[in-house]
Amino acid sequence: MQQQYILLRGREIPDIWKLDVYLKHGGYEALKKALTMKPSEVIDVVKASNLRGRGGAGFPTGVKWSFIPQNEPIKYVVVNADESETGTFKDREIMETNPHQMLEGALIAAWAIQAKAVYIYARGEYWDLTHALDERIKEAAEAGFIGDNILGSGWSCSVYTHLGAGAYICGEESALLESLEGKLGQPRVRPPFPAQKGGGLYGEPTVVNNVETLTNVPWIILNGAEAYQKIGTPQSAGTKIFCVSGHVVKPGNYELPLGVTFRELIFDHAGGIPGGRQIKGILPSGGSGPIVPATDAVLDTPLTYEDMQKINTILGSASIIVIDETVDMTWVAARVTKFFKHESCGKCTPCREGTYWLDKVLDRIMAGEGKPSDVELINNIARNMAGMTLCALGDFAANPIIHTIKNFPEDFYKHVRAEEAKPAAKPAGRGKAREAAPVAGD
Amino acid sequence: MSLTDKKYAKRIEAAFAKYPDKRSAVMPLLYLAQEEYGWVSPEGIHEVAELCGLDPTQVRSIAGFYTMYSEKPKGQYWLHVCTDLACALRGADQFYAELLEDLGIQDGETTADGLFTVEHVMCLGACDRAPMLQCNFHFHENLDRDKMRALIDKWRAEAKQHMKTSGGSERAGD
Repeated sequence: MQQQYILLRGREIPDIWKLDVYLKHGGYEALKKALTMKPSEVIDVVKASNLRGRGGAGFPTGVKWSFIPQNEPIKYVVVNADESETGTFKDREIMETNPHQMLEGALIAAWAIQAKAVYIYARGEYWDLTHALDERIKEAAEAGFIGDNILGSGWSCSVYTHLGAGAYICGEESALLESLEGKLGQPRVRPPFPAQKGGGLYGEPTVVNNVETLTNVPWIILNGAEAYQKIGTPQSAGTKIFCVSGHVVKPGNYELPLGVTFRELIFDHAGGIPGGRQIKGILPSGGSGPIVPATDAVLDTPLTYEDMQKINTILGSASIIVIDETVDMTWVAARVTKFFKHESCGKCTPCREGTYWLDKVLDRIMAGEGKPSDVELINNIARNMAGMTLCALGDFAANPIIHTIKNFPEDFYKHVRAEEAKPAAKPAGRGKAREAAPVAGD
Repeated sequence: MSLTDKKYAKRIEAAFAKYPDKRSAVMPLLYLAQEEYGWVSPEGIHEVAELCGLDPTQVRSIAGFYTMYSEKPKGQYWLHVCTDLACALRGADQFYAELLEDLGIQDGETTADGLFTVEHVMCLGACDRAPMLQCNFHFHENLDRDKMRALIDKWRAEAKQHMKTSGGSERAGD
């Protein structure tokens, strides 16, 4: 499969970040077209395209828009540019190299739900690019695409950026809204959901969409839902930006139709594994998605929402971290667990305490003090986190170590066996632990 | 000097103009306080609270929640090195150890001359260009020890020059 640039058009048209260049290449034509359509027609096109949320959850975008009640006077679009999943750097390239297309997509979404303002919530570390984005917004406003009575439509909409300040959790949509309101970035109890009155920004119905999701929208409006559906697979339409990092020769973003296999992506596009070493494991969705062993069956799996489920993992944000044979997977799990421990917002006890305990246990294991009973201990902590929290961080946080034990048992048990061989270990403890060990495979 | 200084008036006004609720300006104003004081000092917290109509305790809790607000004085150059998984697979741990060794400090410390504060942080979204660091929120990517040393030398020279021209009254590196 060849790279196909619907989003990363800066690869083919280097100065497309400039308004005049963007306009020369059909920029803001989709907005003009959308403004001639009824808002409900715009939603129908996006629904029919089967565009799914690119932030990780994969929820159908048009359906999300259709949840917004039409009779509410104040509505908002919030662009989730808080890209913080470990291994993810796609929205950054979009905003750096093709910012107007993202703005245009956000404006079309705003027209579709009749929003009065768009807020772009960018992670604080994207300091330089967000300040540059402010300039792009100014240019677009001067050209009449943002502000009062946009292109004579009678509809007015403002666009603002908001800088976060370093918190992974603010990528979770309800925590993002809290943060934008000037509160601690912690998830809300739902319902009400953001689309409902009382659940969105300042209590108003709000659509929250990822940068990459919205950047698809102008193309869909211009070329139609059918053309978009022809790319990818029936359930996973369109292209996707795959962020490839870790042990590959050419790390970077690759925009390819959904349905490309791991093998093509990692070996044909990203140049394979450096130094002739063997590939060992893949984290397909940063720290959040279950790690998979790089077997032939896995490598030949198409990267789609549906096929990732078949190999017991998720497509998520498609932040693909490649790991070679030199790496101890328990070390990987320990490192990712530190990420979740640091990023747990502290609101829900199971996640706040669970991530802390998992980190402590893994530190001890990595320090050579692993015990056979740790498997049961880890399973127990994980059981007490999964499904017990307001957001998915609590569900994700135990994934790294649980799936390492399941998929790379030798990498885990070698730390345990080392402990067993120590003369100080008590026989009674060993016996008990052997009984507990099979639980790891759950 | 404080946030009431007229040099901040326009930016404070711009922050409030973005939102229907004053409270939302707390994050941009905390960045201004950090720019003014070099960290989110008690004075800065009180001024932001006053401006947003919040209790200082609420503002302090927000400042404490996010990693990009510093709750203690820091060096003129605030370095964040990503040592998360994707960077670590490409040598970030060794890179960070070398940086600390070259500066003669430990994680989270500030050099004796007050120039550099160094911390390791979680993913910064530059995984394909590791090892990398962020200095006063600007990215420096695809680094190795030589490039890192060149950057440190450059910042040292820049700070020295700045001391000479400003008499040391203002902060370099912003």
